[in-house]
Amino acid sequence: MTTKLFGQRIKRSEDPRLLTGNGRYLDDLGHDAFEVAFVRSPHAHARITGIDVSDALDVDGLVAIYTYDDLLSDEASRMAEPLPLLIPHPTLTHGRTQHALAREEVNYVGEAIVMVVAANRYLAEDVASRIVVDYEFLPAVVGIEAAREAEHLVHPDVPGNVAATMVQQTGDAEAAIDAAPHRLELDLAVERSASMPMEGKGVLARWDDDDKSLLVHTSTQTSTSVRQAVAAKLSLPVDRVEVVTPDVGGGFGVKIVHPWPEEVLVPWAAVRLGHPVKWTEDRREHFISAAHERGQLHHVRVGYDDDGVLLGLSVTFWHDHGAYIPYGLIVPIITSTQLLGPYKPGAYRVEFQSLYTNTVIVTPYRGAGRPQGCFVMERTMDAIAEDLGLDRMVVRERNFIQPDEMPYDQGLIFQDGRQLLYDSGDFPATLDKLRKLVGWDDFEAIREQARAEGRTVGIGMACYVEGTGVGPYEGGHIRIETDGSVVVSTGLTSQGQGHQTMLAQIVADELGVPFDRIKVTTGDTRRFKYAVGTFASRTAVMSGSAVALTARKVREKALRIAAQALEASAEDLEIVDGIIGVKGTVPTKTSQIDLGAVAVLSNPLRYAFDEAAQRATQFAAPADPDRPPVDAGDAPGLEGSDFYSPTRSTFANGMHAVIVETDPQTADIKILRYCVVHDCGTVINPMIVEGQIHGGVAQGVGGALYERMEYAPDGQLLNASFMDFLMPYASEVPTIEIDHLETPSPLNPLGVKGAGEAGVIPGSAAIASAIEDAEGISIRRMPISPSELYHLRLEQQAAEEQPE
Amino acid sequence: MNTPASTTEPLVRVRFTVNGTPHELDVPARRLLSDALRHDLRLTGTHVGCEHGVCGACTVLVDGRPVRSCLAFAVTLEGAAITTVEGCCTADGSMGPVQQAFQDCHALQCGFCTPGFVTTITAYLDDVADPSAEEAREAISGNLCRCTGYQNIVAAVQRAAELKRGETP
Repeated sequence: MTTKLFGQRIKRSEDPRLLTGNGRYLDDLGHDAFEVAFVRSPHAHARITGIDVSDALDVDGLVAIYTYDDLLSDEASRMAEPLPLLIPHPTLTHGRTQHALAREEVNYVGEAIVMVVAANRYLAEDVASRIVVDYEFLPAVVGIEAAREAEHLVHPDVPGNVAATMVQQTGDAEAAIDAAPHRLELDLAVERSASMPMEGKGVLARWDDDDKSLLVHTSTQTSTSVRQAVAAKLSLPVDRVEVVTPDVGGGFGVKIVHPWPEEVLVPWAAVRLGHPVKWTEDRREHFISAAHERGQLHHVRVGYDDDGVLLGLSVTFWHDHGAYIPYGLIVPIITSTQLLGPYKPGAYRVEFQSLYTNTVIVTPYRGAGRPQGCFVMERTMDAIAEDLGLDRMVVRERNFIQPDEMPYDQGLIFQDGRQLLYDSGDFPATLDKLRKLVGWDDFEAIREQARAEGRTVGIGMACYVEGTGVGPYEGGHIRIETDGSVVVSTGLTSQGQGHQTMLAQIVADELGVPFDRIKVTTGDTRRFKYAVGTFASRTAVMSGSAVALTARKVREKALRIAAQALEASAEDLEIVDGIIGVKGTVPTKTSQIDLGAVAVLSNPLRYAFDEAAQRATQFAAPADPDRPPVDAGDAPGLEGSDFYSPTRSTFANGMHAVIVETDPQTADIKILRYCVVHDCGTVINPMIVEGQIHGGVAQGVGGALYERMEYAPDGQLLNASFMDFLMPYASEVPTIEIDHLETPSPLNPLGVKGAGEAGVIPGSAAIASAIEDAEGISIRRMPISPSELYHLRLEQQAAEEQPE
Repeated sequence: MNTPASTTEPLVRVRFTVNGTPHELDVPARRLLSDALRHDLRLTGTHVGCEHGVCGACTVLVDGRPVRSCLAFAVTLEGAAITTVEGCCTADGSMGPVQQAFQDCHALQCGFCTPGFVTTITAYLDDVADPSAEEAREAISGNLCRCTGYQNIVAAVQRAAELKRGETP
């Protein structure tokens, strides 16, 4: 019997290639391509009054300079139109997107104005530095407060800087809060951060003028959609465009946006020049012209009873989406729905405004609005516990949705336009595991001991629920070759999550073939054309399920063909290690057939080109002369394709607990322990899932203590480098202790839920909770630096010294 | 040999070895070592993550010591012996101890920062044969990784030390 690989810590098949320097990331390709540099706006808000290229024209190696006027003059294409608004919504009444190259006005520092193509990047930058752009300055709108006040407008035709106002509610929250025995109001803020993958974006385009076809490589999270977008922009037939995602050096959300200006400009230039063209984003470009996330202000009103049970919750928040809104309202919609976490909120009302500012656009970053929502809900839970003098875990427990209430309908519409309906989960059991893992009940003794040593420690926790595996669909294709090897492809992309390994594990089990005989390709439209993309922790759920369903289909075909060959009944056959035989019998040469041979038989041939093919030619194999070689309704080849499309998302959950120590003098914040209990349904590869949690937690720690985009009031991003934007090194990330709980999802054939983003979600909430516990100071804004904590201490002292 | 596609920029000749192979390159004086390795020699295992010496993805070994190749001009490497991630393999081209340890411990995800870690750790283990977890963490704390949270990289440092010492449980 073949060992089941589902659930095993299988080492990744991607690794040997990546570890020996044989990865193929975007800038590893196209060494002979022309290279691109951009002239980008140094001003946050300005009108372009002139572009002078005369000084740049004599730079040796210059190939072309393009401005918006060149896009406009290409009337055969749609390059001069604004980039698409990817996810429209009825409440998004004032959606604005940018042009591939700025037309008349720039709205953030970093907006592309001129595209330079030269023999290499050095020369392209030489040219770019000699191009002079004249501006008429406009007042910049920076920060949520300024956007809300709307003294100045980002776009003159968007009143109040408001792109959208959305309200969702269940019951009459305001009335419930007014009638509640206890009420609280809180203002909570989260600052901007960013995905910040180690590899920036990049695009390589090759135009084949003989074939009139375009091949684009791009560091994206959705190759199929980039293909559609590029074809549409360049007005090329879709079947003349293929998009390949090579190895991608991290995405974390920023690469789901498409088409980036560069993603249409580089192919457009390649077609015009008849020569490969490449652009590789540098780090500064990534800071100022990719995307950020997280910046939101929230106001909470909550009403609850003497036990801390929620009666009504009303949340109003303001979301800073930057200068344009290509990705629509996904992030604030997720905040507004997922902040409910594992709780029953009583009556609930949420309202948000999505606001324009003269800053880089906002798109989902791992967690995608959930870290803010979790911060809001969990800070509220802690505030209720504090108000009533109750244990923080007890308050949470009293508000949990119980396992016997599943599936549970929160009565809202989720980011996929479907019901916010939790499919499964056992929140009390998750909490119980966390309580034990971190030693919650024993912490007072630890606190006392620390105090005796002159040290200050605190404990905190936070819970989240994460809707994962959103639709609409993913698909898979599997072909068994005549040598018995298995070729699998799925359309979505990979950015380091081990998709090739994880999907091969699923196929190995379903087909009964050895793991090392399976080769998986992702994100290559030449191989698979229908896909959505890699986001929302959806690959295991969506492509995992699709590939499992595909494997079952191919297995059925293999058994059907083998049954004819072995003169047995298909129901009596099994596949073990790639060989089909009769269940429970000792295999003999005539009672078994390997999958490679079945693949040969599946494709009746006229011509032999190798030994395997000979066996399928017309005079070699006995066949029924009265039947066609390929039956009606059947197709040659041992291959198949299938799709998985769920009615709605599946909901994973988890809870984190943190112990911190704060320095009495310097206010330095040190994480002593970080504990994670998580439930992502059945686990395909625990090693990969734990790796995802580790990485998520590290980003959570970064978001809680270090990372923020420091915009000056004039819209300059002051910390656009790794020297100044503080991503955690190994010295800042604690050892992470993990316990698993598995409540399988009833929604998909594997019982899986997404695991990719979860680790980051409760980071700021749990760490804020622990700092508050250590210091006895309310923590209402994240991230928090030592100097901010120090100033909070001073404020607290001043307040205490002030007479009532 | 490929040189950057430039017709009039003055070129400077530089000779060094990369992973034991001698190379003679004619490059503009401003050409970074990272670009010379990646685009002139097509050794694309060395990655560039920040172009300002902070992330460590581009780390190569120059005469055995870790150097950020995005901060060095290729012409300054005259006579140097350079080792890249491609050179951290065994003689038969299979994974060396640090690379094997990374796979064993799931110490990489997207793999973009990984070459810089592999070279840094390779040099470190030449000096320290049996690091504690704390020492291992310190050894890698000059390199950024956005995927792994470092925990498994710390484990990989210790695992690589074991493999190097010939202890293969």
